[in-house]
Amino acid sequence: MLKVLKSGLYTSIQDTGRFGYRSLGVPVSGAMDAYSSTYANTILGNSIDDAVLEITMSGPQLQFLKPTQIAIAGADLQPRLNGRAVQNNRAIMVTEEDVLTFSGLNSGLRTYLAVKGGFITKTVLESKSMYRAITDSERIQAGEIIEYTEFAKASQTTNAHIKYDSTILSSKVLEVSKGPEFERLNEVQVKRLEKQRFEVSKFNNRMAYQLLPILPNDLNPIITTPILPGTVQLTPSGHLIVLMRDCQTTGGYPRILQLTERSINILCQKRQGEEIILRIKD
Amino acid sequence: MAFNLKYSQYNNASILVEWPQKIDELILDDIIIFKSKIENYYSKQKVEVINAYTSILIIYSFTIDKFNDELSVLKNLYSKKNSQSEVNKQLWEIPVCYDPYFGEDLVQFSRTKELSISEIIELHTNKIYTVYFIGFLPGFLYLGGLDPKLKLARKRTPSLTVKKGAVGIGGNQTGIYPQDSPGGWHIIGNSPVEIFNPNESLPCIISPGDKVRFVPVSKSEHSEILKLIEVDQYNLKSKPIYA
Repeated sequence: MLKVLKSGLYTSIQDTGRFGYRSLGVPVSGAMDAYSSTYANTILGNSIDDAVLEITMSGPQLQFLKPTQIAIAGADLQPRLNGRAVQNNRAIMVTEEDVLTFSGLNSGLRTYLAVKGGFITKTVLESKSMYRAITDSERIQAGEIIEYTEFAKASQTTNAHIKYDSTILSSKVLEVSKGPEFERLNEVQVKRLEKQRFEVSKFNNRMAYQLLPILPNDLNPIITTPILPGTVQLTPSGHLIVLMRDCQTTGGYPRILQLTERSINILCQKRQGEEIILRIKD
Repeated sequence: MAFNLKYSQYNNASILVEWPQKIDELILDDIIIFKSKIENYYSKQKVEVINAYTSILIIYSFTIDKFNDELSVLKNLYSKKNSQSEVNKQLWEIPVCYDPYFGEDLVQFSRTKELSISEIIELHTNKIYTVYFIGFLPGFLYLGGLDPKLKLARKRTPSLTVKKGAVGIGGNQTGIYPQDSPGGWHIIGNSPVEIFNPNESLPCIISPGDKVRFVPVSKSEHSEILKLIEVDQYNLKSKPIYA
């Protein structure tokens, strides 16, 4: 069991998401940076859809009530176990009473804490990913106890040789393909998308990331259509909205671009003000 | 009826299929049949299909290796003859209490549209609405068929808290908020029924292609239904629709 002493800014349980319920309007959710969460699970020999904690910007304070093995991957929040620095991307043995804290954000925005065998929380519609109106809460709270299976002995970690791809945290380049309404853009707009250095606006969360500056346009709204995480919508006011894992399943703004999976992972590690370059491929 | 469909790859694991850009029940029927054929074909693999007014998005749980191969699977399915039992449609009767206690915008709506409250209720309950798809929120039904006399542009500033069950009008659309949510529609009533429950094996009992009729109920009937729902003794009324 894990006791939440402090919740941190925004900490939630996530797995690979809720596949199969989007036609009922249920977002897919799941870890924002699927690469890093999978990496943390892989270090421990877990299944890739085992539930992890997604920790955003400022870390929680967590106390382990049973021994287990943990791994942290993603943003560098300077994790400490009982006050002593521990590293990301390693299997770490923890024992009863150990306290995990984070002393500050060094790089990236979201980090993932995996435990051996995964966190055991309620499964709703085949997933443990927290989302308002689907799970009882949308994030973890101080005082909460989260279950996991006890592991007293360190297991052999066979996957330690797989190197963590830290360009997920450092890259500014988002690879995108053309969206269904891309052809409605004029040459000037396309040129600006290709040449402009965008930055992440203050409106960024698990649902969407807005980019600045705006892209003036006179595109008409479209009849409501399906959308996906990674879809870039262009609003009449010129805002570029990159939809993220908790996005709605349908939308009515032109879909001008689509991020690759890897680019979604890169973008969700960016904070307000960080620079973004779009690379449009055919 | 066969439409001229446009197929395109949406990302490395999804394909978009587009019908002519028109809100139309014939298109909806065609979409629902095609969607059902795809779901049946892939019942062993994990594939999900989102539909909207004039398009479907097929999301595979695997990366598409050969786009053209998947495309020919889809095209073959579309041209395959429809089997009769493919889609069962229902007409649902949804109780709504149009008391201003719930319909916080009802009085203002009545003034703006120069219609009495009873005229609004009559216009809203006289129509049979078509469920086009579910989106925006889990269990939010996109309904077609609002009486043009009830059309009213959305509020300029959305309300921060629209209550679960709120029945609203926004532009030429009407619908029920399945949970507390911010929203810009004019709220004219409230339905006690649970359209969406994530803890049920069938979380949303209403499907695209189904029809919906609103039935006016009093405040006391509204609270009676709520009590029955609490003890799991209430079933939404429906009857099958035969084509």
